[in-house]
Amino acid sequence: MANEHDARDTAVSRRQFASVAAAAAAGFLLTACGPRRLHEIPPDRLRKAIGDWEREYKEKYGRDVRVSDVGPMPGVLFAYALDLSRCNGNRRCVEACVAENNQSREPQVQWIRVLSMNKDKGIDFSDADPYYAPAEVPEPGRFYVPTACQHCRNPPCTKVCPTGATWTEKDGIVVIDYDWCIGCRCCMAACPYGARHFNWTAPKLPAEQVNTSMHYLGNRPRPRGVVEKCTWCIQRTRAGRYPACVEVCPTGARKFGNMLDPDSEIRYILENKRVLLLKEELNTMPKFFYFYGT
Amino acid sequence: MRRIAVLLGFAAAGALFLTTAATGGGQAPAAAGGSQPCPEPCRGTAAVRPEPAATADLRVEVPPPPFSDGIFPCTSCHNKDMPANRTRRQLSDMHTDIELKHDAEHRWCLDCHDADQRDQLHLASGEPVPFEESYRLCGQCHGEKYRDWRAGVHGRRVGQWNGAKRYLLCVHCHSPHQPHFKPMAPTAAPLRPQRIR
Amino acid sequence: MSSVGLFTRFVIGSGRVVSRGGRMYWTWIALLLVLIASGITAYTGQITVGLGVTAMRDQVSWGFYIGNFTFLVGVAAAAVVLVIPAYVYDWEPIREIVIFGELLAVSAITMCLLFVTVDVGRPDRLWHMMPPFGHINFPRSILAWDMVVLNLYFAVNFIVVTHILFRAFTGRHYQKKLVVPLVLLSIPMAIGIHTVTAFLYNGLAARPYWNSSILAPQFLASAFCSGPAILLFVLQLLRRVTTFRIRDEAIWKIAELMAYAMFVNLFLHGAEAFKEYYSNTEHLLYTRYWFQGIDGHHTLVPFAWSAVSLNALALVLFIVPRTRTNWVTLNIGCFATYAGCYIEKGMGLIIPGLTPDTLGEIYEYYPTVTELRVAAGVFAVGFLVFTLMLKVAVPIVLGELTLRRMTSTVDSDAPELPAPAAAH
Repeated sequence: MANEHDARDTAVSRRQFASVAAAAAAGFLLTACGPRRLHEIPPDRLRKAIGDWEREYKEKYGRDVRVSDVGPMPGVLFAYALDLSRCNGNRRCVEACVAENNQSREPQVQWIRVLSMNKDKGIDFSDADPYYAPAEVPEPGRFYVPTACQHCRNPPCTKVCPTGATWTEKDGIVVIDYDWCIGCRCCMAACPYGARHFNWTAPKLPAEQVNTSMHYLGNRPRPRGVVEKCTWCIQRTRAGRYPACVEVCPTGARKFGNMLDPDSEIRYILENKRVLLLKEELNTMPKFFYFYGT
Repeated sequence: MRRIAVLLGFAAAGALFLTTAATGGGQAPAAAGGSQPCPEPCRGTAAVRPEPAATADLRVEVPPPPFSDGIFPCTSCHNKDMPANRTRRQLSDMHTDIELKHDAEHRWCLDCHDADQRDQLHLASGEPVPFEESYRLCGQCHGEKYRDWRAGVHGRRVGQWNGAKRYLLCVHCHSPHQPHFKPMAPTAAPLRPQRIR
Repeated sequence: MSSVGLFTRFVIGSGRVVSRGGRMYWTWIALLLVLIASGITAYTGQITVGLGVTAMRDQVSWGFYIGNFTFLVGVAAAAVVLVIPAYVYDWEPIREIVIFGELLAVSAITMCLLFVTVDVGRPDRLWHMMPPFGHINFPRSILAWDMVVLNLYFAVNFIVVTHILFRAFTGRHYQKKLVVPLVLLSIPMAIGIHTVTAFLYNGLAARPYWNSSILAPQFLASAFCSGPAILLFVLQLLRRVTTFRIRDEAIWKIAELMAYAMFVNLFLHGAEAFKEYYSNTEHLLYTRYWFQGIDGHHTLVPFAWSAVSLNALALVLFIVPRTRTNWVTLNIGCFATYAGCYIEKGMGLIIPGLTPDTLGEIYEYYPTVTELRVAAGVFAVGFLVFTLMLKVAVPIVLGELTLRRMTSTVDSDAPELPAPAAAH
């Protein structure tokens, strides 16, 4: 009796062991070969993924596309400065950003939002109007505060993401892995600056307006159901160029550079100008500094 | 016994949660007074970018000045056949299209344009400066703007944040005769969020 | 007979029981199936076009689905209102019915998980949250915490009820060593799931309306009145359609506990309102949008005052012993509690938290027909799960559905089993 009992027990445990081992092996294979977060993807897998994307976009838009995989430069921490005494609300930055970063034209997605505020009230979001449409800017009694991702040093958005689809790169740019994001929109609730935008329906981008110079963490066309935001033109800045908004601004209100370089215009601004941060009490520590140049 | 077990359960959950609150917090706020970032080496707000030495090359590479068509060189008209008239007056024969709105109460044409070398401007000291270096002239009165412009903080620059940058002249954005930055038409306002039909 | 064989009998027996019922039962099932079908069709539309078919936009990025999710987490947590008197204080009248609280918890968590699924932009990627193939941002992300504790709570309750019912079905008493620790664990877990859900909002500094310490206690208070409200309806229904004996004292005690919870709920709301109106900072905007409207935007104001009135009415009806023990006023009170808490937790928490948005813009959100249909479908799934579980649980607890009864008519050489013991 006892032996029978033992044999049956052993048989069950052997079966259990085999099934557990098989599950573990399958798990290992899937983890090794399955989709990975771009945060920790090994370089060879990344190059393969880039090849796949370039083929996919060429097929979709009929144009040759280049997706860069350039990583952060050592000794670089990007920062941005915006001169509130120069911005006149002309919105050329919004336009340039949309063109450079392959944002959806329909539904309209715009990473930069220019707020018109009342000079008598100062920076007061309860009195801000992004829909101003006068014949000419600046309007009397108004000043303009463009907002986009502040690339905070203490970002509330990367903290709340349940899947780790958004993180801060070593050069300070907060990026999103569009293929990992599940679209829960926690980050949008967490962002105090309204910087994150969701693809509520499939983005429409005319093929002739596609910017074919892309970065895998930047301006690749996004799918439906994921979050996107300003990446400080990672495809340009990691190649040493200014973001598109900085270059296009006709009043020269936008400044960009390496915060760690003592000779950069950013450091000059931080050392010599009256600088302020939006919603500073929230301790997000933005790397986007507003200043009065006059 | 059960009640103790339940209380212990709460205590364990609470301890676990407080650890999360601590790790999830991130960086503590900076102490009062030191709220600006100051990566090493830090020179603080008192530091001012050193002025280039007097003998150093003050020239900044810029695109050509935005002359109106046919207006330059000035000496094609202002030559020995047209002697200089230094009387401060309202011009009536030529250049009547220029309405001076640049401290017109105290300044007139020859305060900037050189009467003897018509293809140049001149500083307060009388030193002539070419049109390509007109920033030195503007910088006499607008010193802070000039300093900021040299640092790249005033005015538009394109190029590389870690390499070559291209400056513009003051006059590329500010007409020297009516320097106030002109209002412009904004591009279209964003669409308001709409419920799907 | 092996455990697999016994369990198969259990499943077959359950299947037989749910497929037999009166006219009321089948009408109810048919209604639920219609709502589920409508929900599935609406959701298919949402899956093909995208979340743009809802009224959510960048300015108000969470809406009806998440509001319902929050409310239902509270309902799930409310099982603890029965578990504490039953298991910690050993109070017999509630001891007899505690299983219904656990079944409600299972159904509510099912609905919660479904609401999260219909709300995410990429439900095909939900596995991204599950290790080892995915990556879970634990412990920094509170939503990650929420997923962990919700699934754990579901598992705990599911294991407990399945074990108890299966054991009762086979005529054996449940294993105290397994059940009691799990049930005691479910008490801090119930508090935990709703605290974690509250922290989800509480931790967002960007939303001053939510970023208040009072949120977690207030969530718990409103959970402890809204969950039992459904239970009270169900218990009265069970008394009417089955032979199950539920003592009046059990029902009245639950109502009394709900009264205290409602008092705390209203007190905490009052404390929030005081802080906003008296301090009169810019943060008052969100509360003002809820109670008074701003600049001609008034969509939520009727909801705000309905919620307050319903909650106050419920408090009065439950606090006064005479109205608490009168069946008519008791049921009015239950309805008022449920409706009041539903409005205040659903629309009254999410929408004012996001309106005006972080840049001061007011986009007036109210759900579209698609959202209503999908939500109704999810509720119907939850109610269906609850109905089917009750249909199985009640006969088992009453001793009508047992292995002995199943097998005595099938084969006479079934193994001898001890006489059926009481369910608890």
